[in-house]
Amino acid sequence: MLTKQDIDKLAELCRLGLTDEEKAGLEKDLSSILGYVGELERAQVAFSDQLIDPNLTLNSMRADGEPHPTRHFTEAILANAPRRQGDYLSVKAIIEK
Amino acid sequence: MEGGRTGSRFALGLDPGLRRDDAGKVDRNLNKILMLDVTKLTIEKANAALRKKEFSARELTDAHLEIIRTKNPTLFAYLEVFEDDARAMADAADKKIASGTTEAMTGIPLAIKDNILINGRISSGGSKILENHRATYDATVITRLRNQGAVFMGRTNMDEFGMGTSTENSAYGTTKNPHDTSRVPGGSSGGSAAAVAAHMALGALGSDTGGSCRLPAALCGVVGMKPTYGVVSRSGLMPMGSSLNQIGELAKTVTDVELLWNAVRSHDPLDALSQEYDARKFVPTPKQAKRIGVPRTFLEKGLSPEVRTNFEATLTSLRDRGYEIVDIDLPSVDYALSVYYIICPAEVSTDLARFDGMRYGLNVPGANLMEEYVHSRAQGFGKEARRRIMLGTYVLSHGYYDAYYNKARAIRQMITREFENTFAGDDAVAAIATPTSIGPAFKIGEKVDDPLSMYLEDIFTVTANIVGVPAISVPSGTVERDGKHLPLGIQFMAPHFGEALMFQIGKDLGK
Repeated sequence: MLTKQDIDKLAELCRLGLTDEEKAGLEKDLSSILGYVGELERAQVAFSDQLIDPNLTLNSMRADGEPHPTRHFTEAILANAPRRQGDYLSVKAIIEK
Repeated sequence: MEGGRTGSRFALGLDPGLRRDDAGKVDRNLNKILMLDVTKLTIEKANAALRKKEFSARELTDAHLEIIRTKNPTLFAYLEVFEDDARAMADAADKKIASGTTEAMTGIPLAIKDNILINGRISSGGSKILENHRATYDATVITRLRNQGAVFMGRTNMDEFGMGTSTENSAYGTTKNPHDTSRVPGGSSGGSAAAVAAHMALGALGSDTGGSCRLPAALCGVVGMKPTYGVVSRSGLMPMGSSLNQIGELAKTVTDVELLWNAVRSHDPLDALSQEYDARKFVPTPKQAKRIGVPRTFLEKGLSPEVRTNFEATLTSLRDRGYEIVDIDLPSVDYALSVYYIICPAEVSTDLARFDGMRYGLNVPGANLMEEYVHSRAQGFGKEARRRIMLGTYVLSHGYYDAYYNKARAIRQMITREFENTFAGDDAVAAIATPTSIGPAFKIGEKVDDPLSMYLEDIFTVTANIVGVPAISVPSGTVERDGKHLPLGIQFMAPHFGEALMFQIGKDLGK
């Protein structure tokens, strides 16, 4: 039920660089899975925004307060960066001239 | 003179010969450790023994490290053993015990799933894309365990980012089931379950998005649970299906799992959907407390005779212990697996969008930004991750969103209401019982090329995640295959905030 064009387009949306073989495999897998989950079509029911649990605590946020000391996490975070320049992450240009 | 140590000692079942160091002298410390039978220990018993000074936390950790040394090369439950840090944590625990402030988890050796962040340690989520990533903070559950003086033995193997039912989707290799090493331990928390089952830890943390703690617990013959959604903080747990996910607890007994759950649960301001368990604890009526519901119609399909026999045997045991077993109807639960395999991939496609090779994780250099994105992600993610990202993106895309994602959400609401009705009213039950799995552990490689068949393993477990109720799997006996005894489990799903109900049932069964 999925076509090769669907897979190509999806791969681009997902930012996944796939080989033709991988794409063929996914076309087969996804068609099979969608064939199964498509059974939901039979259910006659609509989604409602109303919460089932009115007592559910939503979006509990921590209180505004003293931030952690400056640079407390900086080194640890930048140590994981694939490319860094000083305290900056070095990335390819987003807009090319 | 070993100084007043009591307690029975048995050989570990390893080579019991006296160990000698290089100079030929008998290594007294190692021999004492070898004499400590951790296979008979639970968290509860170890805690009592530590308080009575029958052994030290250091000896307890060393004994477990010794088992890990001999068994992990075969079982591959641990991706990495934190040998030096574990000893240091154990020494610190001994100080805490000496000062008289022993807590439930003080000195207890625990295995931690690789998707739970431990500050400064590599946390890879079972994925190549985070192979060298070091966590920059502790998960809240880790902080809570640290504060009690627990000991982290290492990080355990898992299906990549939690996606899988066999641990075969790990980028680092498959964990073996301790009961039959040609079979899977279940997944995605297979390493955690195997670690507990093989006595390489007294307890473990895993994550459960669709059954990932309960299924491996069942297949490995240990106890595994998923808390009520929101009761255990998800801060520091790599996200995968954030509306479904909880950090689950595994151990050898129900009491142990309860102790571990108690230690890690909290109302956490760092988790935006964290809930207050204590304020919302479910209180059943006396009649309800002894009623267990079985969704017969749902179970009619596809239960093998062995699993059915095993399941019925446990129900008989429950009746013998004063429980009333009643048939219940959950009309929409037939759709649960489809609901899960739409909502989960949809959320996964978002959860994994953060891995773009820019801030952390694998970066494959390219000519431009797009090339770096597509190659870093394609090379860093395994097959199942890619499958779910694509599936999730599809069901969320324009033209399909309503038919798949919104429909799944609507059915999710319907299933939730049906559950709530089952737990309320005159006919209310304390828990819903099903087998945990459709069968015992399958062979490694058997399902790896058939994703749908792998997904069907989750058929009894996903509903608890969809609805958000707590669920536990306790061992229910074994079936024989190729001369080996393979464990099965029975699952109990309790009402929201009803963990106490399922713990009680498990304890009444003697688990």
